[in-house]
Amino acid sequence: MHELSIAQNLVEIANTAAQRANVQRVTAVRLQLGALSGVVKDSLLFCYDIASAGTLLEGAKLLIEELPVIIYCPQCQQTVALETVQAFCCPVCGTFSSDIRQGRELEILSLEAEEDENEHPSHP
Amino acid sequence: MSTPRILEIRRGVLEKNDILAHNLRDQFNAAHALVINLVSSPGAGKTALLEDTLRRLIQAGHHPAALVGDLATDNDANRLARSGAPVRQIQTGGNCHLEADMISTHLTDWGLDLSQIEFLFIENVGNLVCPASYDLGEHVRAVVLSVTEGEDKPLKYPTMFHSADIAVLTKMDIAVAVEFDKPAALANIQSVHPGMMVLETSAKTGAGMDNWVQHLITCRENAFALVTK
Ligand SMILES: Nc1nc2c(ncn2[C@@H]2O[C@H](COP(=O)(O)OP(=O)(O)O)[C@@H](O)[C@H]2O)c(=O)[nH]1
Ligand SMILES: [Mg+2]
Ligand SMILES: [Zn+2]
Repeated sequence: MHELSIAQNLVEIANTAAQRANVQRVTAVRLQLGALSGVVKDSLLFCYDIASAGTLLEGAKLLIEELPVIIYCPQCQQTVALETVQAFCCPVCGTFSSDIRQGRELEILSLEAEEDENEHPSHP
Repeated sequence: MSTPRILEIRRGVLEKNDILAHNLRDQFNAAHALVINLVSSPGAGKTALLEDTLRRLIQAGHHPAALVGDLATDNDANRLARSGAPVRQIQTGGNCHLEADMISTHLTDWGLDLSQIEFLFIENVGNLVCPASYDLGEHVRAVVLSVTEGEDKPLKYPTMFHSADIAVLTKMDIAVAVEFDKPAALANIQSVHPGMMVLETSAKTGAGMDNWVQHLITCRENAFALVTK
C-alpha cells in the first residue's frame, strides 16, 4: 500500500503552501483523482488523516473529485468517457483506443483556509 | 468572524518523484543507457527472466547492468551477479515499490559509469499496484505475467497493465500443464491496453528469449537513433 506515502506528499505540498500564504488553519483540500492514478480513494482518505495530524491541515476535509478515463475514439472522432478501466473501448462504437486524454490525474487543486480578520486589521 | 479564502495550488502530488525521474532520464539518455523497469506480482519470474537476459546480452557482446529492489533479502542480486554483469541490491526495507530517489541514490553510491552501460534493468518490488504510480526514469516498462497467475490478472490490475509498454508472458514451458488460456490472457491484455506488444518467453527452455533480447536491442537503437553495427 503506497497511499500513506502519497498522503505524506500531499500534506507536505499543501502545508508548505499554507505556511507561505500565512494561513492559520486549512479547512479543506481539493484533489483530483483520475481512475488511472493507481490510488485508492478510501485508502488515501484513511492515510490522509494520519499524515495531516500536527500540521496546518489537521482537521481539514480532503475533497476528492474522481475523474473517469477519457479516451479519443478515432472512429467517432471525439473524446468519450470510459465506463470501466477494464475495457479501453469506445462505449458508443466499440473501437479500442489507448489515446488517453484524462484519467491519470493526482493533483492538488486548491486549499480552503480560514482567516481571523481581527488578526489582519489592515486587510480591506 | 472569519472569512474563507481559496489558495490555488494546481500541483501534482508526485511532482517530486516526477522531476527526479525526468532528471534521471536525461542522465540515461546522455549515456545512451536504455533503462527497463520490470514489474510483476511476486514470483512471476522477473529474476529468472533477467538472469537469462543478462547472460544473453553479455554473450552477444553487450554491456548490461541491473538494480534489484527487494523487500529484505539479497538472494535475487546474488543470482543475477552470476551472469557477470554489475548488479546492485536496493533493500526497500518493507517499502512496496521503488521511487526515483532510491534509484538516484543507489546509482550515486554504486559509482557505476553509466556511459559504459548499454542496458540498465531495474527489477521492481513484486507488486502490481504501487509501482504503477512511480516513474523511475525508465524508457521501457515491462509487465511480467506468468502462465500460472490466471488470465484475468490484467483486468484486476488495469492501471499497471495500462502503464506498461510491453507485456512479457513467462513460464511458457508449463503453459499446457497449468491449462493456461492464452487467447483469454491476450484478450484481457488488449482490453486494458489496446495495441500493447506481448512476448512469450520461458527462461527455463530459452524459448522466446531471442525475440525479447532483440526487442530490447532495437528499442535502444531507436531510442538513441543508433545505427546497427
Ligand atoms: N517452469 C518455469 N519456472 C520458472 C520460469 N521462470 C521462473 N520460474 C520459477 O518461478 C519461481 C519464481 O521466479 P523468480 O524469477 O524468482 O520470480 P520473481 O519473484 O518475479 O523475481 C522460481 O521458482 C523459478 O524457478 C520459467 O520460465 N519456467
Ligand atoms: Mg525477483
Ligand atoms: Zn467510437
